[in-house]
Amino acid sequence: MPQLGESVTEGTILKWMKEPGEAVRLDDPLCEIETEKVTAELPSPFEGTMGKILVPQGETVDVGTPLCEVVEAAVAPGHPASGSGEGKWLGGPMAIPPDEPPAADPAPAPVAVRASRAVSPAPSRTRPDERERFFSPAVMRLAREHSVDLSQVTGSGIGGRVTRRDVERHIATGPAPMPAGAAGPGVAPTAPGAPYETVVLSPTRRTIAEHLVRSNVEAPQAWTMVECDVTRLVALREQDKERFREQEGVDLTLLPYFTAAVCEALRAFPMMNARWEGEELRRYRAANVAIAVATEHGLVTPVVHDAGDLSVAGLAKRIADLVQRAHARKLRLEDIQGGTFTVNNTGSFGSVASKPIVNTPQVAIVTMERVVKRPVVVEGDAIAVRSMVNVCLSFDHRALDGYEAGGFLADLKRRLEAIG
Amino acid sequence: MASMTVIEAVRSTLDEALGRDDRVFILGEDVEAGGVFRATEGLAAKHTGRVIDSPLAESSIIGISIGAAHYGMRPVAEIQFADFIHAGFDQLCSEASRWCYRTRGDAYLPMVVRTPWGGGVHGGQHHSQSIEAYYAHMPGIKVVAPAFPADYRSLLRAAIEDPNPVLFLEHKRTYRLIRQEVEGAPAETVIGRARVTRNGPDLTIIAYGLMLHESLAAAETLSSEGIESTVVDLLTLNPIDRETILESARATGKVLIVHEDTLTGGLGGEIAAMIAEHAFEYLDAPIRRVAGPDIPPMPFHHAMEDFFMPNREKIAAAARELAAY
Repeated sequence: MPQLGESVTEGTILKWMKEPGEAVRLDDPLCEIETEKVTAELPSPFEGTMGKILVPQGETVDVGTPLCEVVEAAVAPGHPASGSGEGKWLGGPMAIPPDEPPAADPAPAPVAVRASRAVSPAPSRTRPDERERFFSPAVMRLAREHSVDLSQVTGSGIGGRVTRRDVERHIATGPAPMPAGAAGPGVAPTAPGAPYETVVLSPTRRTIAEHLVRSNVEAPQAWTMVECDVTRLVALREQDKERFREQEGVDLTLLPYFTAAVCEALRAFPMMNARWEGEELRRYRAANVAIAVATEHGLVTPVVHDAGDLSVAGLAKRIADLVQRAHARKLRLEDIQGGTFTVNNTGSFGSVASKPIVNTPQVAIVTMERVVKRPVVVEGDAIAVRSMVNVCLSFDHRALDGYEAGGFLADLKRRLEAIG
Repeated sequence: MASMTVIEAVRSTLDEALGRDDRVFILGEDVEAGGVFRATEGLAAKHTGRVIDSPLAESSIIGISIGAAHYGMRPVAEIQFADFIHAGFDQLCSEASRWCYRTRGDAYLPMVVRTPWGGGVHGGQHHSQSIEAYYAHMPGIKVVAPAFPADYRSLLRAAIEDPNPVLFLEHKRTYRLIRQEVEGAPAETVIGRARVTRNGPDLTIIAYGLMLHESLAAAETLSSEGIESTVVDLLTLNPIDRETILESARATGKVLIVHEDTLTGGLGGEIAAMIAEHAFEYLDAPIRRVAGPDIPPMPFHHAMEDFFMPNREKIAAAARELAAY
C-alpha cells in the first residue's frame, strides 16, 4: 500500500484492475486505491505477469502492506531481478550496490508490490533503486533552512528519491491542511431484526472525525458574528451574472466576491492568515484560501492558492474548477495542501448562523450565511427592506484575541457593504 | 561578417599578429610550407623571415622559443601534433612555467605554444591524444582550449599578447568542421573565463573543445525530451574559471563533466573536486563524468575509436540518468 499523501496511514482497495495471470506492463494500473486524501490508481513498478492478489477488493490495510504479487519478466541468468522496465534505472556509475547479493536462481520470482514510502518501519534497502530515504546535500540543506520534515515529501526522483525540486515544491505549497477525500456511506451487515444498522466509517469519514476532534481539543475556539447589508452587492451580481456567464463560462455566485473581500481583510489583518507549525505560529504572506465543499463523499477543503492575487472573475473560475473536481473526486494532492484560512459557504444550505470549527493548523474560519431580505432600520430611523447576510467567525484563541478577530470581521463587513 | 572555420580563424589571427607586432614570429615543423593542417599557409610569403621551419625536435622548438622570449621576442611555436609535445615537457614545465616565479616577477616569458589535439579523425595512436591534463596541472602555464572560431580568434590574440607562457590547444577535428560567422577584429577577452553557452535548469554540462559541440548537440536532443541543460564552455583549462562553474553547479545541483581525455587524472576529476569542496550543499546528485576510457592511446580502428570517443549519444544518456536521479 503506497502512501498517497502526507499523514496517510492506510488505504482501501476500491477495485482490482488486473486479474492474476494477466500481463502487466510497467506503469499499468494495478488497482484503484482510496485513502483519506485521494483516490488513485496504483501504477505497476514492475513488468511481468500478475500474480496472487493479497488484499481483496474493499479491504483496508496499512501503508506498506503488500497488495499483490507480480512475477517479473524473465531476466538474463546471473543478473539480479531488478529494474527491467523501459526507462527504469539500470544502475551505472550512480547505482548504489544492492544490499543483498544477486539471487543465484535466475527463475523469475514473485515480487511483492510494496510502493510504500516507508514511514514507520526503518527502510531496508533491498533493491538498488530504492532511494526514498537517500537525501542529497542539496535536499538536506533546503530541509534545514525551511524546517521541512522530509518524511512528508513525496519523491519524484529515481527509486522514489526526494529531489531538490521536490523539496522546493513542497516548500512552495506547504504541508497539507485538513484532509479531504471520499466518505462514501456504507452499512455493515447486522443481525436480522436488529433495530439499527452499523455505519461503516470510510477512511475519509474517520479522518474527518479525528481531525475535528483534534481541532476541538487542541484549539480553544471563540465565535463571533456580524450582519452585513449586501443589498448593493446582490444588485451588482444580478446585473453582472448574465454577461459573466457568457464571457467566463461559469456561474457568478456571491462566493467569489466574498472571497475577494476576505483576502483584502486578511491583508489588513495578517494575524488571521496563519498556521501552527508545531510550536511555531507562522503568518503567511500569500492568502491560500481553503473553500469548504460538501460532497456526497464527505467534506473537502480545496485551496485557492494565492487567492489575493486573483480578481473576482479569476476566483469564480478557480473556485468553480475546484468544486467541480471535488465532486468528481479528481482533486490532486496540491489542491488540498497549504491552506492558510478557510471560507465556508454555509448559506448554501439555507443556514443563517453557524459555528464552524477551525480548520487547524489554520487559526480562523469564516462562514457566509444565507442572504435574506429583512426589514432593517436605516438612516433617519426609517425601516427598509435590505438584503442581509450574517458572517460568522471561529478563531483559535491561542493564536489571536478578539482585538484582531473583531477588527478583521468589522473590516470584512465594511468591504462587503462597500461592493456595488 | 564572414563565415570562418576554426583553421581560418587561427590563420587570420596569426597573420594579424605578425602584421601588428614585429616581435612575433612562428617556429615549427613545416610551417613555411603551411604546416600539415595549413594553419600557416601563405604566412611565410607575406611575413618574410618570420615563419621559420624547425628541425624535428620539439624540445628545441620550445627551448628556442623560451630563449627568444627571454630576449624580448614573442614566439608562437607550433607543435605539429599534441602527441609530440612531451619531448618538450621539461622545457615547458621545468623552465617556461617558473620563469616569472623564479625571478620574483622581474622577468616574463611571453610565448605561445600552439598544437592540434584530440581524436575523431582516425589519427591513431600518435595523432589523436588529449594532453591537456599534464600541462593544466602545471602552475605557470596557461592552457586554452576554445571551441568556436570567434573564441579561437580572441583567445589566440590574448595568448600572443599575454606576458606568460600559454599552451594554445586547437582541436583538429573541429578545424574544418566548425564554422561560425565572425565579425572584424577579435573581441577583447581575458584568459581564464568560461562561458555559459546554453541555459537550462535541469543539469549543467561542462565541456571544452570538440566535446563542447557534442554537448550542445546532446543538449538539443535532451531539450526535445523536456530536459533543459546548461552548457558551460570552459575555454581556459588553467586557470579554471571556478566562479562560473560553481555558480552553475549551485543553480542546477547536477553536474556532468565531459572530456575525451582518459578518465583517471583527467580535468573532470579536478572540476568535480572543486564543486564538491565549494558547492557540496547544493548538489542534488553525484557528479558524473563522461570521458575516454583508461586505455593508453586512442585506437586507430574506426569502431574502436568510436568506442573510445565520448559523443552526443553517450553524453545524452548520462544526462538523462542525471536528470532522472
